[in-house]
Amino acid sequence: MLKTRLIPVLLLKNGVLVRSRNFSLHQSTGNHIYQVERFSEWKADEIIYLDISREATHSMRSGNSTIGSTSSNLHNSIEDCNTDIIQIIRKISKVCFVPLTVGGGIRTLEDIRIRLAAGADKVSINTIAIDEPDFITRASKEFGAQCIVVSIDVKKCNDSWKVYKNFGKDDANISIDEWVTMVEKLGAGEVLIQSIDCDGFGNGYDLNLIKYVEEKVKIPAIVLGGVGDFSNLVEGNNAGKNIALAAANIFHFTEHSVLNAKNFLYESGVNVRV
Amino acid sequence: MKVCIIDYGLGNLTSVFNAVEKLGFDVCISNDIKEIADSTYLILPGVGSFSNGMKNLRKLNLIDLLNHEVLENKKPILGICLGMQLFASFGYENGLSKGLGWIKGDVKKLRLNLESERIPHMGWNDVSVTKGSILADNITESPVFYFVHSYQFIPEDSSLVTGVCDYAGGFAAMIEYKNIFATQFHPEKSHDIGLQLIENFLCRSDAHAEN
Repeated sequence: MLKTRLIPVLLLKNGVLVRSRNFSLHQSTGNHIYQVERFSEWKADEIIYLDISREATHSMRSGNSTIGSTSSNLHNSIEDCNTDIIQIIRKISKVCFVPLTVGGGIRTLEDIRIRLAAGADKVSINTIAIDEPDFITRASKEFGAQCIVVSIDVKKCNDSWKVYKNFGKDDANISIDEWVTMVEKLGAGEVLIQSIDCDGFGNGYDLNLIKYVEEKVKIPAIVLGGVGDFSNLVEGNNAGKNIALAAANIFHFTEHSVLNAKNFLYESGVNVRV
Repeated sequence: MKVCIIDYGLGNLTSVFNAVEKLGFDVCISNDIKEIADSTYLILPGVGSFSNGMKNLRKLNLIDLLNHEVLENKKPILGICLGMQLFASFGYENGLSKGLGWIKGDVKKLRLNLESERIPHMGWNDVSVTKGSILADNITESPVFYFVHSYQFIPEDSSLVTGVCDYAGGFAAMIEYKNIFATQFHPEKSHDIGLQLIENFLCRSDAHAEN
């Protein structure tokens, strides 16, 4: 029987691993190669690595960031960001024997090609997919749908959700209904749906969002945002049995976090790989 | 001993390379005729469509070479995902195309039979292993592997199937025939058990080929 996937998400900002709240406050969490190696050993089912670095000018202006202008890792250009992330993918893929998804800053087919060549198994795209929906089709044709994950950031709005882009900053002026239908039609292999409202609060997933995804999305889907303790994972699974469960912050500061989460899920009757 | 991962422009070769390297074997990624001929074990990975896979093998002039190495020289080969499917006679993805034809059978789209099932079949699933499987030697009876695919290999001779996955009505997850080995799942992304399977292929497949 197909297992429920448990997926730790690592956020990388300017070369440093961070945790996040509401997509804006970022705090350093430690050595990324070591984290990936531990997650892989602890039976994480997949690992998602999101590079949330902005360009240098942007980073210096973001006053509420705890990784700010004092960081020695600031990038001067997109090329620098690319070079750094490629080196990191090369290193982490050597120790990661579960599927590795890499996202952040992807604008061209060449960006995808170099990430896959460096050892990523899938890439996640977000803003470019909204700006040029046709990009999903081109990427999917070129590299195969199985490695094209469309990441969708949403904010609750009345009884539904609105889609945002640029790391949750800009309203994309499209409803989740329209966007999900379009993304599937354009050839995405999977979607990663992230709740901006729940990000970093640890109050649990937006369970209505999970129910919605379970009902409406026909391709494999992952939800992210809000897990504060392991029972939130069980709640998520109860809301949508076929949805993959992702979380970021909870896995960063506790020892054996993924392994313990897996065992907790197993003991709660969830069909997971242990 | 030297392992060659065949580069035909499709799929994540780096992951397979990392797995074989981690096991301590001498490994290269290549589509060079001499390098393929000089190696002792071949791996044909690949993701993407059947028709593109065959088109690329043809474009790189690899079909005659592979036929020679696998059918005449009996060199052990492991096909992974699309690599496995290309061993079939025919594929039906993007129209009908001829495969390598080493194992008689067709590659057809998965047919969902439960409300909960989706295409692609993506994630970790149980495989029921047949007794005597070389690939699954030293591996538990119902191992869990990582899959991502929309098509399945249906061989004419079902006795060649050494592992079955219970999804979409059940499909061939592993095939073993003489020196030809194949997995629909991705051993290189299936953690310890996947690495063990690759090691089994590299350490135990020779004896099998002689039978």
